[in-house]
Amino acid sequence: MSARERILGRLRTPGTAPEMPDVAGWYRARQRNETTPERITRLRAVLESVHAEVHETTDWPALLLQIATSKGLNNLLIGDNTPHGEHLASLAADKLTLIRYSEPIDGWRNRLFDEVDASLTLARSAIAETGTLILWPDASEPRTMSLVPPIHFALLDVNKIHADFDAAMRTENWQAGMPTNALLISGPSKTADIQQTLAYGAHGPRELVVLLCHTGVLS
Amino acid sequence: MSQIIHFDPDQDFKARSRTAVNDPAQRANFRGAMDFLQAKRRGQFGDQDELAGLRAIGAAIRQNSLAKLPELLELLEKNLTANGIQVHWAETAADANAIALGIARRVGARNIAKGKSMVSEEIGFNHAMADAGIDAFETDMGEYIVELAGEKPSHIIMPAIHKTKQQIAALFAEKIPGVAYTEDVDALIRIGRQVLRGKFAGADVGLSGVNFAVAETGTLCLVENEGNGRMCTTVPDVHIAVTGIEKVVEKLEHVPPLYSLLTRSATGQSITTYFNMISRPRQEGEKDGPREVHLILIDNGRSQAHADEQLRATLQCIRCGACMNHCPVYARIGGHAYGTTYPGPIGAIVSPHMLGLNATYPLAFASTLCGACVEVCPVKIPITDILIRLRNEAQAGEEQASLRGSGAGRSALATAIWKGWSLIYSRLGIYRLTSWFISRGHKLSPVSQGAWTKCRTALKPAPKRLRDLIRERRS
Amino acid sequence: MGQESARDRAYPPKPGDVYLYSTCLIDQFSPEAGLDTLNLLEREGIRVHFPDGQTCCGQPAYNSGYPDEARAVALQQLSLFSQPWPVIVPSGSCAAMMHHHYPKLFASDQALLARATELAARVFELTEFLVHVINFKQPDRGSACTVALHTSCHARREMGSHETSAALLSTLDNVDVVVQDRIEECCGFGGTFAIRYPEISEAIVSDKVASLRATGAERVVSADCGCLFNITGRAAKQDELAGIAPPTLPGEHIASFLWKRTSGIPS
Repeated sequence: MSARERILGRLRTPGTAPEMPDVAGWYRARQRNETTPERITRLRAVLESVHAEVHETTDWPALLLQIATSKGLNNLLIGDNTPHGEHLASLAADKLTLIRYSEPIDGWRNRLFDEVDASLTLARSAIAETGTLILWPDASEPRTMSLVPPIHFALLDVNKIHADFDAAMRTENWQAGMPTNALLISGPSKTADIQQTLAYGAHGPRELVVLLCHTGVLS
Repeated sequence: MSQIIHFDPDQDFKARSRTAVNDPAQRANFRGAMDFLQAKRRGQFGDQDELAGLRAIGAAIRQNSLAKLPELLELLEKNLTANGIQVHWAETAADANAIALGIARRVGARNIAKGKSMVSEEIGFNHAMADAGIDAFETDMGEYIVELAGEKPSHIIMPAIHKTKQQIAALFAEKIPGVAYTEDVDALIRIGRQVLRGKFAGADVGLSGVNFAVAETGTLCLVENEGNGRMCTTVPDVHIAVTGIEKVVEKLEHVPPLYSLLTRSATGQSITTYFNMISRPRQEGEKDGPREVHLILIDNGRSQAHADEQLRATLQCIRCGACMNHCPVYARIGGHAYGTTYPGPIGAIVSPHMLGLNATYPLAFASTLCGACVEVCPVKIPITDILIRLRNEAQAGEEQASLRGSGAGRSALATAIWKGWSLIYSRLGIYRLTSWFISRGHKLSPVSQGAWTKCRTALKPAPKRLRDLIRERRS
Repeated sequence: MGQESARDRAYPPKPGDVYLYSTCLIDQFSPEAGLDTLNLLEREGIRVHFPDGQTCCGQPAYNSGYPDEARAVALQQLSLFSQPWPVIVPSGSCAAMMHHHYPKLFASDQALLARATELAARVFELTEFLVHVINFKQPDRGSACTVALHTSCHARREMGSHETSAALLSTLDNVDVVVQDRIEECCGFGGTFAIRYPEISEAIVSDKVASLRATGAERVVSADCGCLFNITGRAAKQDELAGIAPPTLPGEHIASFLWKRTSGIPS
């Protein structure tokens, strides 16, 4: 008999499972009928409370370039052939060096860790309740983009803010198929492991800059 | 793993706890940390009705998952396998380490970057890898500090909670080449970040724990603030996740309530910085992520708890640490005194299944049964009832023993005393006589009453019992 | 366990008769608290019956992991209350044992379980009874004083009677109730815990005494004798070692405190 069979054998006991709670009903009952501006306000407040930098804009490329200059960035990592990345590229010209994530990490791991100043990714959606960005990294915007560079810029279409995590999952029907990696990001990396003193920039980005786009990410 | 053979676990525990209560600096560290964490948690649960509703949901999800555990584990395995994640089963800590070592050797790993995982502590992972010549290194800031100091975590969420920043400043200055003494926490974290970033890029294998394993989608969920967990599960070519078999939940919809209960109860955060949901290894065309993902499902005594109707509730735990944050005993003796990977109230009820009651029974008695842990447990584990049950098991006679190590705490003297006590208080005639003698002899009551009078004045019986006074008054 | 249970409890109208279950500690060590409970109830026009067969609720053995020994003792108590009157217990801990744990203790025997459940339903901790059933309100005849209230953990978390104890003290016009830091934390007694792990117990009770002293309270009041003996015993030992007399942190059972203040007897 295998370990698997022995373990499962020990766990098989008679008896009936207690009834499952109505999770959907619980969250439904707590839904607020919010307008988009109200959701934006909530999202902003929570994000800012955990040291994220939040901007609302109708012209994100200009704003991003301006912030990049003020932060003294040498370069920005963008996705491989993404519409918003190319849109920025068409405007950045000589203002900011853009690095495209066009090769697998294996060939440039050390450069990614040591030389990239910041990255730009698209957030799939967000959660107002907890001040959370939802990212589904993929081949064009890989997982390490939102993790390794010290500054992470995230674009979010303001019409994609859900009330809570449960609503995000249901509305987007995650159950139908999960990606390789789904991420919830709520602020810059942090730790309180030294005497409960909060410090930002533990291992992930020290700064999270959220650009809330009022007119879509491509206009 | 570091399983000490205890000659007398009760004396060992007494010695460790005595040392701990007599260390004023450490007492102050724990007191400060407990006050901080309690206040943070309170801040999250201002709405008592919401808390009650969410706890009921959390408890029901966990109870239901445990009732269907074998079916859910099979479903989890089926869906993970379909997603390309390889599932392994380990009955013991040694088996789990052997499986991980097999993977590491096959891929020629020289080192393993570790995300925070209490299960890896439980199985003595680092030690097992070191014995095989593989460097398994901690990357969570707290774990890194503890590892640097040659210690073990003293708390399941905040491993270095017993240390002050001064101690950590001295440790960094001593152990990290080129680092000057600084008590600036931001500077200390920058140092840790710098050291560990250098190691992430060169890590061959990443190891992590699992907070929730979702059966219906084959998804491993990880909760963290620092980003080291994401590093370990994204940057190296191979990711090995280790978890106890109890961590499975049936549906994706069960994750939001449990995640909310976990972070709010643990550190008083409405959410952590990262929630990392992994369902596949790197797919064709994807540019990062591990090419292999493995999940090692570990029993290590959990099935013993599962088999018992009452003790099964132990496995409801989502490892938030709120029970220890609110425990008056933990606050006084800290995590190390328990001598087990999991300290505090949850440690006292889960460790007997992993290590045997013979090695751990004193922990069941190291509680005033005040119930603070039960009050804050986000999944409503009846911890005090379980402690009482374990006390009973620890003292059980052979005919009644049902757990590994049952009866190890049995003493002929204690058994006789309680039998005598029971006789006095269940036979009215005997009670009347003894209590009459005690009140008559009140002047003779000893000034020294053993452990009681070590720090208290002696108890003095009243010259007349209440029943005598009532009889006199009504006659 | 949990505070929900106490708040959800339905209370009967004021009865003509009650049983007094005084607890073993009061019978042997603090009979005045029992007499004052009797006084408080009789003043309200209630006939108080004291079954002479009562000994101990069985909690010491139950908590120590000796259920058989606890059951034998609890069984002796089960037969004492044949009339359907409320059973008043001037201890949150013992009341919790009878109210919450008797049904668990007798779970394996249907007949006994039925009796235990019936009894459990009419067991009331003294202060919850005074507040919710009697609607206690008596003029305060005492002089101004400052006290701190300590509620036992079982009273707080299994009976919810920290609220009723506080409510009773707040009816006394001349009493200033001060609140110690970490009021909800255990005093470190824990029955046999105090004997088994005296150093840990000492650390906890010393902190409790320090927080009570810091309030400047003249005395500590509690509805549980176990905690009172622990706290005041520790404080008295500190006084003794420092050569101070009389005790700087005396304690009093809430029944005695209420009775003395409302009947004009000086404390």
